Amino acid sequence: MWNYEKRLEFPVNIKESNADIAQVIISQYGGPDGEMGASMRYLSQRYAAPYREVAGILTDIGTEELAHLEMVATIVHQLTKDLSMEQIEASGFRNYYVDHTIGIWPQAAGGVPFNACEFQSKGDIITDLMEDMAAEQKARTTYDNILRLVHDPDVCEPIKFLRMREVVHFQRFGEALRIVQDRLNEKNFYAFNPGFDCCEGNVK
Amino acid sequence: MMNMQFANEQEKLLHDVGVLSFVVTELSLYLDTHPNDRNALEYFRHYNRMANQARQEYSAKYAPLTISCVDVSDCNNWQWALSPMPWEGGCN
Repeated sequence: MWNYEKRLEFPVNIKESNADIAQVIISQYGGPDGEMGASMRYLSQRYAAPYREVAGILTDIGTEELAHLEMVATIVHQLTKDLSMEQIEASGFRNYYVDHTIGIWPQAAGGVPFNACEFQSKGDIITDLMEDMAAEQKARTTYDNILRLVHDPDVCEPIKFLRMREVVHFQRFGEALRIVQDRLNEKNFYAFNPGFDCCEGNVK
Repeated sequence: MMNMQFANEQEKLLHDVGVLSFVVTELSLYLDTHPNDRNALEYFRHYNRMANQARQEYSAKYAPLTISCVDVSDCNNWQWALSPMPWEGGCN
């Protein structure tokens, strides 16, 4: 189960509205490399993790991603909550506005809705951890792209924090992959799937 | 932590909670993949205690941060719901 802590992992206090930047940053809420996909990916994959350390890191990073989801939503909310009708009409935000007003909804910057096909849960820990490491890099690249577009330090600071966490998570997933490989046949990591072929009923 | 400017004591204490909790988060992830690192376990013991103390102190003085920090003995309303949500920004 989970408990809520009523604070952000890193503070977000944005003073100036900016509809165009909100339209870009919403991608890290519900886009292809966003925090919703990250959290759902790790929290779904952990049931097929055959080793406790690996299930543990998937649980804890999946949980931290929920805190990041809340930070991204907060950034979009603070960038849009005081927008005037004129500002909405003059910006690329008008297409989002017509469907969601200034509510938070998971979509990519280009308007594509969040979709579970943006992540996998393959039931094979090497496959899953390889995807997880790639996912952290893709999210890091997205934050790099956002940082090239954003100049308001109130927005940049929390985005820089989120970018830094992608780098740390990549490192931890790399260690998890090594833990898995150390326990497999070193001449053939793919000889069997430790999350399936070792199950009772499949052991020959 | 030392050179930062804060508008008031509440803001400073919330900042301390954030910094100490971040150390605990970072150590937790490290310990997941290094469960036998005794130095990290010692760091965790130290910082987890400090983070818990800061969270309790903030909750007692300003607003509860978790359900387990809610103390209804001295008040007649439900501060858990009435205190500001995190996306409102600042310490209001």
